[in-house]
Amino acid sequence: MKYFNKFATCATVALMGSTSIALAECADPVKLGVLHSLSGTMAISETTLKDTMLMLVEQQNAKGGVLGCQIEAVVVDPASDWPLFAEKARELLTVNEVDVIFGNWTSVSRKSVLPVIEELNGLLFYPVQYEGEESSKNVFYTGAAPNQQAIPAVDYFLEELGVEKFALLGTDYVYPRTTNNILEQYLKDKGIAAEDIFVNYTPFGHSDWATIVGDVVALGEDGKQVGVISTINGDANIGFYKELAAADVSADDIPVVAFSVGEEELSGLDTTNLVGHLAAWNYFMSADTPANAEFIKTWQDFIGSTDRVTNDPMEAHYIGFNMWVNAVEKAGTTDVDAVRTAMYGQTFPNLTGGTAEMLVNHHLSKPVLIGEITADGQFDIISQTDPVPGDAWTDFLPESAVLMSDWKDLGCGMYNTETKSCVQLTSNY
Amino acid sequence: MRKTFISENPSILWFIGLLGLFTLAVVVGSEATGTGLISTSMVKTLGKTLCLCLIAIAMDVVWGYCGILSLGHFAFFGIGGYAIGMWLMYARTEIIVLNSLEGQIIPPTSQEVTDAIGNQIFGVVGSSEFPWLWALSDSLFLQLLMVALVPGLLALVFGWLAFRSRVTGVYLSILTQAMTLALSLWLFQNDSGLRGNNGLSGLQNIPGFEQTPQAVISLVFFLGSALALALGYLLFAWVVSGKMGSVVQGIRDNEARVRFLGYRVESYKLFIFTLTAVVSGIAGALYYPQAGIINPAELATIASIYLAVWVAIGGRGRLYGAVIGAAFVSLLSSWFTGGGAPAIDLGFYTILWTDWWLVLLGVSFVCVTLFFPKGIGGLFDYLIRKPS
Amino acid sequence: MFRHLLILALGLGLAGAVQAQDLQPVLQTHADEIAKPSRGSVSIALDDLIATGAPQVSDFLERWQNKGVWQRDDDGIFYFADESGDDLALQDIDSGAQLVVPADGFTQLKPNGGVRRLIGTALVQFQLTDPDADRRSTAVDSIARRPDESQLAPLLKSIDGEADKQLKARKIQLANFLSASFAPDASDRIAAINSMSTDTSIEARAVLNQILTVTTSVSATEPEGNVARILTVGGDLSQSEAYGRLVDAGLAPPVIAPNDIRDALAANVVDGRAGGMPTAQLNTQAAREKAYAALAQAGTVPPLVTMDEQRAATENHIFFERYTEETPAITEAARAALDRIETRVGVAQTVDLTLDALSLASIYFLAAIGLAITFGVMGVINMAHGEFIMMGAYTGYVVQLFVPDYTVSIIVALPLAFAITFAAGVVMERLVIRHLYHRPLETLLATFGISIALQQLAKNIFGTQARPLTSPAWLDGALVFSDVIQISYIRIAIFVLALLFLGLILFVLKRTRLGLEVRAVTQNPGMAASMGINPDRINMLTFGLGSGIAGIAGVAIGLYAKVTSEMGADYIVQSFMTVVVGGVGNVWGTLAGASLIGFLQKGIEWFNPSNTLAAQTYMVLFIILFIQFRPKGIVAQKGRAAAD
Repeated sequence: MKYFNKFATCATVALMGSTSIALAECADPVKLGVLHSLSGTMAISETTLKDTMLMLVEQQNAKGGVLGCQIEAVVVDPASDWPLFAEKARELLTVNEVDVIFGNWTSVSRKSVLPVIEELNGLLFYPVQYEGEESSKNVFYTGAAPNQQAIPAVDYFLEELGVEKFALLGTDYVYPRTTNNILEQYLKDKGIAAEDIFVNYTPFGHSDWATIVGDVVALGEDGKQVGVISTINGDANIGFYKELAAADVSADDIPVVAFSVGEEELSGLDTTNLVGHLAAWNYFMSADTPANAEFIKTWQDFIGSTDRVTNDPMEAHYIGFNMWVNAVEKAGTTDVDAVRTAMYGQTFPNLTGGTAEMLVNHHLSKPVLIGEITADGQFDIISQTDPVPGDAWTDFLPESAVLMSDWKDLGCGMYNTETKSCVQLTSNY
Repeated sequence: MRKTFISENPSILWFIGLLGLFTLAVVVGSEATGTGLISTSMVKTLGKTLCLCLIAIAMDVVWGYCGILSLGHFAFFGIGGYAIGMWLMYARTEIIVLNSLEGQIIPPTSQEVTDAIGNQIFGVVGSSEFPWLWALSDSLFLQLLMVALVPGLLALVFGWLAFRSRVTGVYLSILTQAMTLALSLWLFQNDSGLRGNNGLSGLQNIPGFEQTPQAVISLVFFLGSALALALGYLLFAWVVSGKMGSVVQGIRDNEARVRFLGYRVESYKLFIFTLTAVVSGIAGALYYPQAGIINPAELATIASIYLAVWVAIGGRGRLYGAVIGAAFVSLLSSWFTGGGAPAIDLGFYTILWTDWWLVLLGVSFVCVTLFFPKGIGGLFDYLIRKPS
Repeated sequence: MFRHLLILALGLGLAGAVQAQDLQPVLQTHADEIAKPSRGSVSIALDDLIATGAPQVSDFLERWQNKGVWQRDDDGIFYFADESGDDLALQDIDSGAQLVVPADGFTQLKPNGGVRRLIGTALVQFQLTDPDADRRSTAVDSIARRPDESQLAPLLKSIDGEADKQLKARKIQLANFLSASFAPDASDRIAAINSMSTDTSIEARAVLNQILTVTTSVSATEPEGNVARILTVGGDLSQSEAYGRLVDAGLAPPVIAPNDIRDALAANVVDGRAGGMPTAQLNTQAAREKAYAALAQAGTVPPLVTMDEQRAATENHIFFERYTEETPAITEAARAALDRIETRVGVAQTVDLTLDALSLASIYFLAAIGLAITFGVMGVINMAHGEFIMMGAYTGYVVQLFVPDYTVSIIVALPLAFAITFAAGVVMERLVIRHLYHRPLETLLATFGISIALQQLAKNIFGTQARPLTSPAWLDGALVFSDVIQISYIRIAIFVLALLFLGLILFVLKRTRLGLEVRAVTQNPGMAASMGINPDRINMLTFGLGSGIAGIAGVAIGLYAKVTSEMGADYIVQSFMTVVVGGVGNVWGTLAGASLIGFLQKGIEWFNPSNTLAAQTYMVLFIILFIQFRPKGIVAQKGRAAAD
């Protein structure tokens, strides 16, 4: 911080009085960094988010920008290379001197960026559902924490589908590992015996699913209703669903709920055999609200194709960006600390109805939706909860249950309620 | 010995001199000590490039001089990074944990401290147990030893098995590639205890220097990398000159003939293979604290092939060639993929370099192999030595 | 305005004609439950609906299940409706009157999967004797999904009248399952159980396992009831588990955990001392226990439970499992039947695993067979081989864009993929590889350059997203021998394709002029040339052949997995290992290598089913070791050709 005093300057300017600064500041427009991979393995998912940000910025500029200034988007390409994320984040904050960054998809890329953002006191909006167990002063998590996606989906399995035996299938990386860990504990608390939980991890892009699908089907041999919780990532889903269809496993026999399969992923699949399988998100493109209809129209106009779908992380960016704009207006400056304080309690309407609120633990409260896959690659929403407040530290693991995050009053993201002390001010990366 | 060795290799003086000038320029330009013309992220990039140059000379020695096309040296590089990363993570977390436990009425037992550290480090990957691999991670000295020892031992065992069975040529290349694949697959597993796909992160924060700004830390690592590169260059220049060098190059040109002359070919190959692996490990240990994060993707088989690409483009069989290749290609690569290169508008199609750089690299690589087997270094030789 | 009138008319006209047997009033009583049903509470509404005995109940339930019921938002009236564009074709539930209205103002009812299953169960009684065979089979499926005591009688009754043979057999099987669990007479149940002892289906095992459900229990005296087995402490149960059960049963005081000791000490600090010791010294477990013992002595905290006390407590109790089924004869019969089934299942699983391994081996073989020619026979390292596989797969994808019929498109795609990759192979051989025959290591690098360029080109053209390559309908599904042994048709097709290629290549190499020339050129190009063979042409053709086969393999692999620009890279290292392990220069060797790797991988996966990644790691390690000890591969070449 000592070396890059852009933020200090900003703050000083803000102190000089808000009426006269419009002109002075607009010589140096508000800068917004977009840190999404445009090449490499993650490009497919992240390019969409880059376009979403450009669309949102364009919309906002048409409305007059923020603080009377136009927003300038600075787009960089970290190329799905995790160390490069840290390098690009540093460039954005020190060379381009952006006021806020919207970016990242994978957890490992976020963990790579965290130390840099915290060191330079930047501000990051992270739009993807993730495994929780983290709270950074400099990050707002607009995607779902496990209790906003995984736990409600499991509840749905237990209560509505009467599932008694669970297969937790995941790709071997941090999100499935942590999520499954939380779910295992949660299921045990709910009275599911350890031997009724089958866990399997496969590599990224796995294609040989015959044996695993066979194992899952065989779980039914003790007469219990089997359900699959899938945290399988990306391309591997294609082989998995193909094998499910080949083995004639219908959603009525063994329902599958996926946490990483959205509209975008389904567009690479023939979904006729998958009808009835489930996904849990905070947003589905099929949500029937005027706001959503307008968002989809704007998006398809912006991108110039009516085939393009919208998805959950896009809504997260939509909410995050609008909240940031409102917080900046409220704070009257783009200074990170002032904006952060102004963020708490910010509300903005969801695209699916209701209102999202930014909590003091930097997570949103959002409704959880469960959808059934339809033959046209969309989701039929069959369940929508009341807004669920995101929980940075899960209540279902003993080590995390005692932790809480409150950046407003406690000023600590990892507060141990047992010892009444702040474990650390930086996040654990 | 030293005198004749250097006077026989004037390129060493040139190299060290240029490296020194370059280092001085960076120090003067850096934000920590000088004018601030060179940003901290640039210093980090340059420091990392120096580490890549170091492993490139190691690769040049094992391939360009000894004829072993190893597609596994980047694995050794990664192991070095992991070894130092374990200490960095452990020590950093230990400080945090001890601070947070300080205020308790009952002082913590050593077991409680270990558990808390384990929970902090492995909590993010859904575990809290301390794997056996981390047994030595609380000691900087032992982990530094591991930086050299683990790649060295692995190379020794692997090389001994392979050379003893007379696995040579492309077979050896495929075998080393398989080794890299096995290692990266193993590291990808969370059960292995090295945090799986997430790897070790936050490595730029050096324990005990929390208050030191990154501008200073990055410069220190830059200087360290420059020093390591200079020493590495000296070491390898010495190894490949003299009798040892002649035998090694003889093995490259005709292994059977050298064997018939009574040299123990296997021992020479094993020595070179192991030595270069150790240097690769050290290069990795310097690289990753500058990169900030190491994870299994870094060790993917393709990384080792890229290493061969750098050396081939730079020019095999000459150490400075490897340095040129590594620096040139990796910097060019980040310039192109980083969006630094201007897009070319052809009217009907716009060439975005983020999309087309790899195509260009691939094609240029084919051209280098076909038309300039001596690489850029060869061009250099041609220009310099023509008069004589 | 007109629309409002219409709706009003509809509401008045249709809902006005309420009769005694009308469903709408019953639906309205349960309106909330019908509109937003939940599995836990919907049965009441279902029971009431069925109790009306109205003829339209089964129709309603079926429509409801298929999301064909809509509710008008204004007054909550339910209608059958079909959506067409922005309009709804409404039908009154009771009168059947029809009308088309705009969809605004109506909400579709979407019962979730659990509710749909309950509706299915409720429908069973209507559908079991329905004239439509599909409905009957739906009913049978519903019974299979949720076997219930009340279904036994109607099911038995429907068997005699069943015309469809297959369905009849299925009904008998299900009736048997239901009798095993629910028949009133114990001997009927035992007879049913005994008849199941050869049935390896999951359903049969589920029935038996349900009968054999046990509860674990502990008692100080000899256990009563239908005891399954006595658990031994130290064997079936660990000491701490056993003691934990005693604590759970309220038969022993809980163990004080280290954390509790710390908390208790912290709560009892007086003047910087706890339990008589300075707090600063309490940083070892031993010291803490000592201090805690002192506190316990004073009676401020409950005493520690020592290991000896725990052991004594567990020794004084008997831990056992008891069947929930009370008749021993039934559980014995079930146990015996299940044991017999399990032996069969064990055999079946081995067979299934073998099939999976064969399938995996054939995939590896198919991916590697092109390489067996270019690398194995010609000795050219082609790192771009994987990209030829990818090109083949993308060819299939592009063909499907133009030819919508999947069967035709596959028939077109296979030769086209061969042609395209053959051409690509020939071009590559002419432009690059030809110049590098004497520099094998450099071939590796040059072809690697081509590989990354091709991969990136594919990304630029097709994007990074996986593209669908859909198999024709007749390849959907699986060949099912039993619930345990099954293999998807697509895998069988790949297996057959692999066999075909093995035969084809052997034929080409051993029985044709080209093959003879290929062998001659590989063995001694100079001599071959002097015999009038053109080595350039032969090399070109051979390389093209190897590449072309990779293209066909690409179509096959794309069909069963996915088409991405990186799919080739997934197979390249494995393919090289297959060829090297098998033994270079011999197609049979490649077959042996692929089989070894396929079987090995499935074998390791079987030992460690929860981690596929570990299986792959160990397999690669094994291959490395294997090559160290047998560098020439399984089928080693002998004689002069073996020299490098």
